[in-house]
Amino acid sequence: MGTSVIFKNTLIRKIFMSLTGLFIAFFLIIHLLGNFQLLLPYEQAHLQYNWYSHLLSHNIIIEIIAYVLYATLIIHILDALLITLENRKSNGQGLKVDKRGVNSSWFSRNMGILGVIILLFLILHFKDYWYMYKFGNIPVDEKGNKDIFLIVHESFKQGWYVAIYIVAFIALGFHLAHGIWSAFRTLGVYNKWYIKLTKYIGITFAILMSLGFAIIPAIIYLKNL
Amino acid sequence: MNVTLKVWRQKNSKSKGHFETYKLNDLNPDMSFLEMLDVLNEQLIHEDKIPVEFDSDCREGICGQCGLTINGRPNGHHHHTTTCQMHMRHFEDGDTILVEPLRASAFTVIKDLKVDRSAMDRIMQAGGFVSVHTGSAPDANSLPIGKMDAEDAFDSAACIGCGTCIATCKNSSAALFTSAKITQLATLPQGEIEREKRVVAMVDAMDAEGFGSCTNTEACEMECPQEISVTNIARMNFEYNRALLLGKK
Ligand code: HEM
Ligand code: FES
Repeated sequence: MGTSVIFKNTLIRKIFMSLTGLFIAFFLIIHLLGNFQLLLPYEQAHLQYNWYSHLLSHNIIIEIIAYVLYATLIIHILDALLITLENRKSNGQGLKVDKRGVNSSWFSRNMGILGVIILLFLILHFKDYWYMYKFGNIPVDEKGNKDIFLIVHESFKQGWYVAIYIVAFIALGFHLAHGIWSAFRTLGVYNKWYIKLTKYIGITFAILMSLGFAIIPAIIYLKNL
Repeated sequence: MNVTLKVWRQKNSKSKGHFETYKLNDLNPDMSFLEMLDVLNEQLIHEDKIPVEFDSDCREGICGQCGLTINGRPNGHHHHTTTCQMHMRHFEDGDTILVEPLRASAFTVIKDLKVDRSAMDRIMQAGGFVSVHTGSAPDANSLPIGKMDAEDAFDSAACIGCGTCIATCKNSSAALFTSAKITQLATLPQGEIEREKRVVAMVDAMDAEGFGSCTNTEACEMECPQEISVTNIARMNFEYNRALLLGKK
């Protein structure tokens, strides 16, 4: 099968979308669990979080997985762009008056818009933490680890910054509420019971992830009022 | 009852098209939507104007020939109905009703409300069949088929090929239509022989016609006159992925 077929095939496009999406979703679980350390009592959280960050950034296996993750995210975004543009072309000139929206949920139709909100968030997130940690000039704590905890903690004292995070996690929640079960269906889960099961799993996962990520900045903000 | 109609008029596939406004008075509320259009056409003929072209055949919801976008939704504001099964009593006296063709880039407008849906025929021709000798008819029960399989296959086979699923999909995806036939034949022993070849050929044909990717909004099932389930699409994905993994084309 040539590469041109892969780009033209409406089913293979979706397979890439679902596999990359599920991989990123799996990463979210690990990322969330790690970040819950931020909610420990201040002194403990401080040293432990910096130690944890040091561990992650100095482990070759984790580094490799991280680069696979970046590649996955880029494929997911490019494929999303391809699918969205091609589908728009298929719809042609469209209806002059379009009331078809009543037949489906808003978020199932606007995965691209939700994705762009997440992407904008990711750019901010990478700039402030990832770039800072790797290339920024940041202080070290008493154990000699880079004090990324301090930077995170300081940023979550700002209300507007916390608000951006929460909006992004709401968008993420809706993106996942459609994305997860849709991915299973793309992969060919057709049994009626499994369809129901994956729908429950997907929606539960979406709620847990968006709530879980949102309470971290919210709690730190409230603690510091 | 009286209504104002705004009808899409387009001379041929090359011309641009526009809405034309018509007033119809003293309609019987028990008329079907298509009968109302017949009344409009009689009125136009009396006025020496060109009647509005639209498709229909059985007018009882089984042939799939009709299909109009009414007030921005394929087949109007009712779920699970064909255009011929819409009646004027479903509208209010004095309503303005907007009538457009079914839209998708693979459906070219031939004239007015009539669109070319032969792309769907070509998907069927690619694999929507079983190759068997057509000698004398075999004994009805010579091939045992489980009750549930027979029911499932029949549910998929109920598709009337009207194109509503495509027209209601924001991606103009033909996934529901194509998958219904693939699922019907994949469920039955008669379809087993060409199982992998069929799914690949039909998906290729679907793509060649320029239909979009399914993004599982499930709008198609909501509008389908036959309530064909979106689980058919999942089954098509399964069959396609299976054929890919087995390396069969
Ligand atoms: C944390 C980040 C993300 C996760 C966990 C994620 C997860 C997923 C999953 C599981 C799907 C379903 C795939 C399918 O239906 O086959 C999906 C679909 C989609 N994603 Fe993401 N995604 C993320 C970020 C993004 C970003 C940044 C963008 C765009 C800039 C994006 C755009 C899309 C689009 C447009 C779809 C729908 C494609 C379709 O309906 O076929 N996603 N995502
Ligand atoms: S005319 Fe046959 S289904 Fe409407």
